[in-house]
Amino acid sequence: MLKMADNQQAFSDGHDIGRYFRPFAGLVVPAAAVIAALAVGAILLGVFGANPLTGYRELFTGAFGGPDELAATALKSIPLMLVGVGICIAFRTGVINIGGEGQIIMGAILATLVALALPDVPRPVLVPLVMIAGGIGGGIWGAIPGALKAYSGVNEILSTIMMNIIAGFFMSFLLEDWLIEPGAIRIQQTKRLTQNADLPILPGGTRLHLGIVVALIVAILAYLLLFRSSLGMRLRAVGHNPHASRASGMKVEMSITQALAFSGACAGIAGAVLVFGSESHRLIGEGGPLAFTQSAGFNGIVTALFGGLHPLFTVLSSYLFGGMLAGGISLQRAVQVPQALVIALNGVVVVFVVGSLKLRTRVQRWAEGDIQMEDRA
Amino acid sequence: MNDFFTVAIITATLASGIRLAVPFLLAALGEAVGQRAGVLNLGVEGVMLIGAFAAYYTALESGSAAFGLLMGLVTGMVMGLIYAFITVVMHAEQGISGIGIYLFGLGFTDLLFQKQVGTPRPISGLQAKPLNWLAEDTGRAGELLFSHTILTYVAFLLVPVIYWLITKTTFGLNVRAVGENPQAADTLGVSVNGIRTAAIVIGNTMAGLAGAALALEIGIFQQNLTAGRGFIAIALVYFGAWRPVGVMTGSLLFGIVSSTVLQLQVQDVISGSVASIANMAPAVLTVIVLVVVSRRIGQPAALTRPFTRDG
Repeated sequence: MLKMADNQQAFSDGHDIGRYFRPFAGLVVPAAAVIAALAVGAILLGVFGANPLTGYRELFTGAFGGPDELAATALKSIPLMLVGVGICIAFRTGVINIGGEGQIIMGAILATLVALALPDVPRPVLVPLVMIAGGIGGGIWGAIPGALKAYSGVNEILSTIMMNIIAGFFMSFLLEDWLIEPGAIRIQQTKRLTQNADLPILPGGTRLHLGIVVALIVAILAYLLLFRSSLGMRLRAVGHNPHASRASGMKVEMSITQALAFSGACAGIAGAVLVFGSESHRLIGEGGPLAFTQSAGFNGIVTALFGGLHPLFTVLSSYLFGGMLAGGISLQRAVQVPQALVIALNGVVVVFVVGSLKLRTRVQRWAEGDIQMEDRA
Repeated sequence: MNDFFTVAIITATLASGIRLAVPFLLAALGEAVGQRAGVLNLGVEGVMLIGAFAAYYTALESGSAAFGLLMGLVTGMVMGLIYAFITVVMHAEQGISGIGIYLFGLGFTDLLFQKQVGTPRPISGLQAKPLNWLAEDTGRAGELLFSHTILTYVAFLLVPVIYWLITKTTFGLNVRAVGENPQAADTLGVSVNGIRTAAIVIGNTMAGLAGAALALEIGIFQQNLTAGRGFIAIALVYFGAWRPVGVMTGSLLFGIVSSTVLQLQVQDVISGSVASIANMAPAVLTVIVLVVVSRRIGQPAALTRPFTRDG
């Protein structure tokens, strides 16, 4: 009984989201959530007069049907991986980062500015440089709400949402005037950025570029940070129980700020990849911030939750969701149901994953022969 | 430059600011009720989108804006029941399940719009109902305050109503009790989950109405019509320190800043880039207010905590 009360306390104080990563949860719940979401999707497809089986077959073929499809899926999954890995760091520290959108944008902006300032730097130097610039831009945009939470007690959910709005308008401010492509047509976009910053296409004859390698490196670094370093140990300790961490001498404020800074940096790198890995090689603000980020700031939360808040599993789950996005296009072509269905299903997955926690605890307790205690709750 | 500073234009700008404040106000008042009961709904944006599409599509098919408004309200109510089930019954993490609701609303309304409507077709929105008996005697002020649609009057009338509901009624007392100390409320025989469900349904109904108000004001639907307004509404609750009058002040601030910026841009007083900076201002101000407020006024003590008798 006492143990459970403690659990409740830790949860309410620090969003103990590490709960999603108990061994049992790791497999059964995400699988059930996807099955449930696919069932909802099947109903929607049926309502729109499409054969759900045909729809899903097209979705699967479009996502994983051949080398080009696999590459397209990988391309779609890069921003999800980077944002998702960052979300792992924040959530494990007990900080909810809703600011992925803004962090992507600020990373993209800083990376673009570096490319504009240093167009003649050779490619092997400039490509890493713009990626780092992206990380710094996003990192700063994450550190601000982190510090506000740590030192002024500002709710990070709200401040990160506001930072999203500010970043969106900041991008449109820059692209209205200063960074807009010179010429008669006033589209909110920069000129084609220097070729020295283009992410190189990987060999193999597909459109896949170096961004996927960047994402994998960041994921491995995040894993090492979280689980193989003393810094990461402190972050997770703060996420598990901030009071105990403080009592044992940890600088909780510093950890919270670091967590959001790291988280933002990952999203910022995603922003840089979205610019220098895009077909147009520009920063494009036309159509609004959501069009540029492709909602990766939010969808990354989905993949991170789905990956059990573990950076390496998040890579896998991002690839899966990237497949949903890539396959959504084939689905639309084959059965005339818009690919927006995929975004709606992502939402359903989130709801099922977080909504099944209580059930999962019950099943787990039942497995441990401890059901009477839970019955009172 | 001088063109802007005429009484007529300033009055019109302020009046349009009041209209733009309505979706913020409705959504934020509703969110405030839910939060006073201890439930954070981060899905306001998604519910607003669903309410907006329901209102738009109904008005498009039936030709009746009022019927559209009703459908916005009803879909909001349904979303409230779903969200109550997720958070109150299933104890889902509120910050994250709200994002799920948002993504669902974003994708689902886009899906329905593309499938059922396709190309943007305008609808005729609500007609303004000038309260002549009030407007005539009061001149410019009357034009400013009494030349709106019924929905605008209702939205502002809801400020004292919600205030009364929260502070003067037994239901409001229970709402505050389950938001501050659900265990104590439970001991006294208050149904914590029942009160929270009711508060969530009220909040989501108002979010649906807010979306409907937006769609009918703009007269069109498109992907991501709300463009972050639902998220701003949540921040306005903190901005207004969970009090209806504070929430109204914040909503008016956001509404009037947007209408002024728009007007200045139309009049060519400011360029697009200056307009972007000006549009940023309320969000920056909100962050500053959050810094100040967080020290001074506490949020409902049990906000985001699911209720269990053990905890």
